[in-house]
Amino acid sequence: MADYITHEHDVLIIGAGGAGLRAAVEASAAGVRVAVVTKSLLGKAHTVMAEGGIAAAMANVDDRDSWRVHFADTMRGGQYLNNWRMAELHAKEAPARVRELEAWGALFDRTSDGRILQRNFGGHRYPRLAHVGDRTGLEMIRTLQDHGIHLGLDVFMEYTIVHLLKDGKRIAGAFGYDRERGRFHLFRAKAVVLATGGIGRAFKITSNSWEYTGDGHSLAYHAGAALMDMEFVQFHPTGMIWPPSVRGILVTEGVRGEGGVLRNREGERFMFKDIPPLYANQTATSEEEGWRYTQGDKNAKRPPELLTRDHVARCIRREVREGRGSPHGGVFLDISWIKAKLPNAAEHIRKKLPSMYHQFKQLADIDITQEPMEIGPTTHYMMGGVKVDPDSQMSDVPGLFAAGECGAGLHGANRLGGNSLSDLLVFGQRAGEYAVRYAKENSLASVDNHDLASAEKWALAPFERKSPDNPYSVQHTLQDVMQDLVGIVRTEAEMQQALVRVQELKGRSQHVSADGNREYNAGWHTALDLHNLLTVSEIVTRAALERKESRGAHFRDDFPNKDEQFGKFNIVARKGPNGEVQLTREPIPAMRDDLRQVVEEMK
Amino acid sequence: MATATFRIWRGEKGQGKFLDYTTEVSGGMVVLDAVHQIQAEQAGDLAVRWNCKAGKCGSCSAEINGMPKLMCMTRLNTIPLDKPVTVEPMKAFPHMKDLVTDVSWNYEVKKRIPKFKPRKPDAEDGTWRIAQEDVERVQEFRKCIECYLCQDVCHVLRDHQMHDQFIGPRFLTYAAALEMHPLDVEDRVPELRKEFGIGLCNITKCCTKVCPESITITDNAIIPLKERVVDRFFDPVSKMFRIFSNSKT
Repeated sequence: MADYITHEHDVLIIGAGGAGLRAAVEASAAGVRVAVVTKSLLGKAHTVMAEGGIAAAMANVDDRDSWRVHFADTMRGGQYLNNWRMAELHAKEAPARVRELEAWGALFDRTSDGRILQRNFGGHRYPRLAHVGDRTGLEMIRTLQDHGIHLGLDVFMEYTIVHLLKDGKRIAGAFGYDRERGRFHLFRAKAVVLATGGIGRAFKITSNSWEYTGDGHSLAYHAGAALMDMEFVQFHPTGMIWPPSVRGILVTEGVRGEGGVLRNREGERFMFKDIPPLYANQTATSEEEGWRYTQGDKNAKRPPELLTRDHVARCIRREVREGRGSPHGGVFLDISWIKAKLPNAAEHIRKKLPSMYHQFKQLADIDITQEPMEIGPTTHYMMGGVKVDPDSQMSDVPGLFAAGECGAGLHGANRLGGNSLSDLLVFGQRAGEYAVRYAKENSLASVDNHDLASAEKWALAPFERKSPDNPYSVQHTLQDVMQDLVGIVRTEAEMQQALVRVQELKGRSQHVSADGNREYNAGWHTALDLHNLLTVSEIVTRAALERKESRGAHFRDDFPNKDEQFGKFNIVARKGPNGEVQLTREPIPAMRDDLRQVVEEMK
Repeated sequence: MATATFRIWRGEKGQGKFLDYTTEVSGGMVVLDAVHQIQAEQAGDLAVRWNCKAGKCGSCSAEINGMPKLMCMTRLNTIPLDKPVTVEPMKAFPHMKDLVTDVSWNYEVKKRIPKFKPRKPDAEDGTWRIAQEDVERVQEFRKCIECYLCQDVCHVLRDHQMHDQFIGPRFLTYAAALEMHPLDVEDRVPELRKEFGIGLCNITKCCTKVCPESITITDNAIIPLKERVVDRFFDPVSKMFRIFSNSKT
């Protein structure tokens, strides 16, 4: 153990996005020693990309809103596979979490009477998203970062954790390396919070950055924790598609919230053609009514462009498949048309959607105030993750917590836009609070030297090999496999094929080599990340094979309908005794009567 | 398919040299795409920082043909490709490896700036009432993605290396965002004058020119702060007032 640089803390937080930082703020405010380990620099995590806003039923814009409506919307969006207790806590606590951000310096857009303004978003019955133009995530992460640095956190920037350490059943810490020098570090901690985000880099077309390699999912799984709902990967309907190098970059749902419409090459607003029964009562019946909704008319219902993301993504795919797509294989998203409705439309668009304006102008030579955008679905978000206790966020491994995208439960089969930032805040706070509680009740656990030695040996292996195969090529192949065979529309045959390919790639990943030395070596880092990507890719595929129905983000061409039987359980994955993936169907606990009544009332 | 040559700085801790890499290029590509392609096909251990690839995180700052820019927002059709495109790390910070520099100084500077301190809440439920126009005044500064290109181009830091006396345009903007925050009641003017070294800025506006978020750093953030310092410390009336009231200088 003496060989490794050793750090000791009460609470170790892995990941410095919204959930990690919120957990860190909570834990350090409680007076314990806190470390935050992040793969990137502080303030660069994927949370900065969140554009639309934070969902919280503050009822500042529409006083009919309440936690009950937010709860019911979240459950409906998740097709009732959500953990109802998490959905309840989330809906109840989100407003307080938003208000405290303001007390820490966040500046949200305002209503005319000076309160926090809220905007419309897909699946939310009332205007509910607190926002700052279309850069809400940046505002949120900067606020948490700037508040956190004064609380005495130890921040380890550009460090990667490769292995979780255990003492018997409970957590003992983590083992990783710093990118700059490639030295190994031992982090001993009483409690560990995973806040590592998602798995988007397993797919070719994604809005996610290089960091999104499923680290938390994979670390937890290999440490013996259970993963849940892994078949549910959200494909955001609107990513950029042209030019090729920008493919996948997100176009915020806020464009549609502000009145943007989807059209096919024939100019038809195709979203009106297919409105799911679950949402028929809440959807506009005419274009005019949809427009009025986006402009705040409380008597109007929302336009079908604001249906849930899974549905919109599939409708876009259908239009493209049936030959009505745009020139580069997507459809058109048009906000410029509102010039027919508003006198200062161009200025209005630039003000409401400044970073979208900037992004298209600079990367695609498109002025969105004058012409439509070409968009298509992009891999965006992982509903599945570490199975946790809804109140404490603790996993099956004592002392190991998970919050944010790498946790599971809140979103069920499909996440509503805006519910991610609020998820980070609500459950980041809870994970921090309960991690402190656990740390206070337990002492540092001991670390097994053999475990450290084998983790080190594994991590250095790519330098020992002389194979011509390179980690980038394995990663690119995996992305093609997952995109083509386990994407928006899935079938048994294709997924079986994917499993075979993933197994092949696992073999290849054990032979890839890294050139050069250990200092800031991207090839080496990529080689190590492959382990996590392959772990989660296999579990996603197996879980998706197991769910023989279509629900939320999971759509099977061979089982295109929802099956009531499959609505009664979550699919849970654990690592078996021989390293194999073990799947179980775990029944969803019966909903508390008062919550059941809320769901009924809101139908 | 067309190709282009990228002349990339390779090396560690300031020691190194330019190496030429020729790679295929296509319509719409940005410099970061080319660098990634080179990394995947020719130089596996090439060090480069990046995250969002959409100009929102400020990680991939570099100097492209000598100009401080975000690699992810620099399209190849905006630079000449008939000769090698040089890509090198920022110069105002210690070099780590290849295109990566040690920007930790910036994080230390930020900690030294007195934190946000709000006035008492306006409403009984602990919330505030703020006019949209007051929010907008500061939102420009809060757009900052902390790419540190303004720090890189500032001659006080880049040429004179006065990192211990001057916090640089990024943190003057940060201080301005706090000072002009509609709820903030903290006073940072004495620090701005002394340890933050605002007087060292001689408003050449290089920072404003390179800002990828188009923040009007000099005119909207630095000059108003300079005015506050002048009003406080060099206005004869308030100087007398300060002498008699013994307020902090």
